[in-house]
Amino acid sequence: MIYFNNVTKKYSGIICLENINISITQGEFVAIVGHSGAGKTTLTKLILAEECPSEGEVFFESTDIHKLSNKDLTKFRRKVGIVFQDFRLLPNKTVYENIAFAMEAVDKDEEDIKEDVPRVLELVGLNGKEHNFPHQLSGGEKQRLAIARAIITQPDLIIADEPTGNLDPINTNEVVNLLKKINDLGTTVILTTHNRSVIDQVKKRVITLENGKVVRDDKDGKYML
Amino acid sequence: MIRMVNICYNSPMHFIKLKRVIVSGYRNFTRSGFTSFASVLIMTITLFVITSLVFIQAALNSSLNDIKEKVDVTVYFVTDAPESSIESIEESLKNLPEVSDITYTSQDQALLEFKEKHSNDYLTLQALDELDENPLGATLNIKAKDPSQYESISKYFENEGTLSKGALTIVDKVDYHQNKIVIDRLTSIINGAKKLGFAVSFVLVLISLLITFSTVRLIIYMSREEIGVMKLVGAGEDYIRGPFIVSGVIVGVIASIITILLFIPVSIWMGNQMTDFIGINLFTYYKANFFQLFIIMLGSGAIIGSISSIFAIHKYLKK
Repeated sequence: MIYFNNVTKKYSGIICLENINISITQGEFVAIVGHSGAGKTTLTKLILAEECPSEGEVFFESTDIHKLSNKDLTKFRRKVGIVFQDFRLLPNKTVYENIAFAMEAVDKDEEDIKEDVPRVLELVGLNGKEHNFPHQLSGGEKQRLAIARAIITQPDLIIADEPTGNLDPINTNEVVNLLKKINDLGTTVILTTHNRSVIDQVKKRVITLENGKVVRDDKDGKYML
Repeated sequence: MIRMVNICYNSPMHFIKLKRVIVSGYRNFTRSGFTSFASVLIMTITLFVITSLVFIQAALNSSLNDIKEKVDVTVYFVTDAPESSIESIEESLKNLPEVSDITYTSQDQALLEFKEKHSNDYLTLQALDELDENPLGATLNIKAKDPSQYESISKYFENEGTLSKGALTIVDKVDYHQNKIVIDRLTSIINGAKKLGFAVSFVLVLISLLITFSTVRLIIYMSREEIGVMKLVGAGEDYIRGPFIVSGVIVGVIASIITILLFIPVSIWMGNQMTDFIGINLFTYYKANFFQLFIIMLGSGAIIGSISSIFAIHKYLKK
């Protein structure tokens, strides 16, 4: 589904990722581990075409993501749901509107929105908070809202970039379980983290990055740094 | 925006999209409290400047017209000039394109006016009574459409002019040459004042537009992360840009309503205080042109608001 072909990324001469060759198949749950600055976030930005590789290509199925036009890129992004460490919710929109926005963006009908939003809010345990604004939610609630927004359009792929970075252990647990549940329903999940307990909890494929290089790629990984 | 309006006829989906954009823009505006307040304030100042300039131009034009009215050329005829010849000269003057108005003063009228003017001057009146005949000649008072045209009118009475030799002999004098310096100077002042007025208006409008543009840029800069999130969620360019344009239009409309209301007390005060000075009552002018001014303000507010949003957001919509 996603292929990195000899990808190198440099920021003004400094190498951030070097010769990355990774292939991720449909339905996988992949954890990308590494210290801060190892290149985890850059890797996710390359998949979203927020950054362009200095060398090499990134493919989604058979298309080179970085050769897409603005319009096709928008279409591609609709197939990907994203969850960030800092949530990145729309501050001026309520819980309900934040999710509805993601559906409106992909031209869903009003009926679909009215039906799906409460369902997904129930799934992430935010029912009853529809009319709250993001600043009225706790960290864990914000992250669950972000996940709800990411999954509402039924994307093929979910990218969660350090989703538990700002959360306490209980909320971390909830978020990881939620991501596993989503993966069980068939969605590919890419999770970056530096949290040992998260890795030990998911017991799935683990790719370890160190100084911009892949140093381990274990099918049933453990946290090893 | 135009594209959106166009496509909304094509399918119900696009109509829903337009509705969503408008609702979202309205919510952005109402929920951004202080930011919205600040942009309305800046926009109000811009519109206030633009409207003040319209007022100043009106006042300037009216005082310049007043001055122009006071400039004229008088043709004095000899005392024994036959009335019919004067009338024929008057007729031919009326056909000149430069002439806007001619007033004929007969000998008797001239005497009457002279007496009235010197009614307190007993000596002069007595001297006048001593004379057997009326020493004053008839006059033609000519007003040109533009002060710069007096020269060509006065040339009409010179030898090279189109008047026949016979007609010229009854002309005693034309006072253009005595007034020439004053008329020339007035012409150059009027032209200068017009040019200066235009230049000042242009610069002021430019400055206030730049301030509005920068404010809108700053506000959209503050939303750049939001725009990034919208892009990542897969929202199309129109769908991201639309609400910002709608907010910009709302800011423009509210600012124009505030400005139009602000100008009611301002113009009443100006009307009371400055009518003598500038020559017109600004409140009367305001009342007479209320709708026109309101449309100008509403239009410029909405256009400035939406265009500055489009420019400011362009940068963040690129890849």
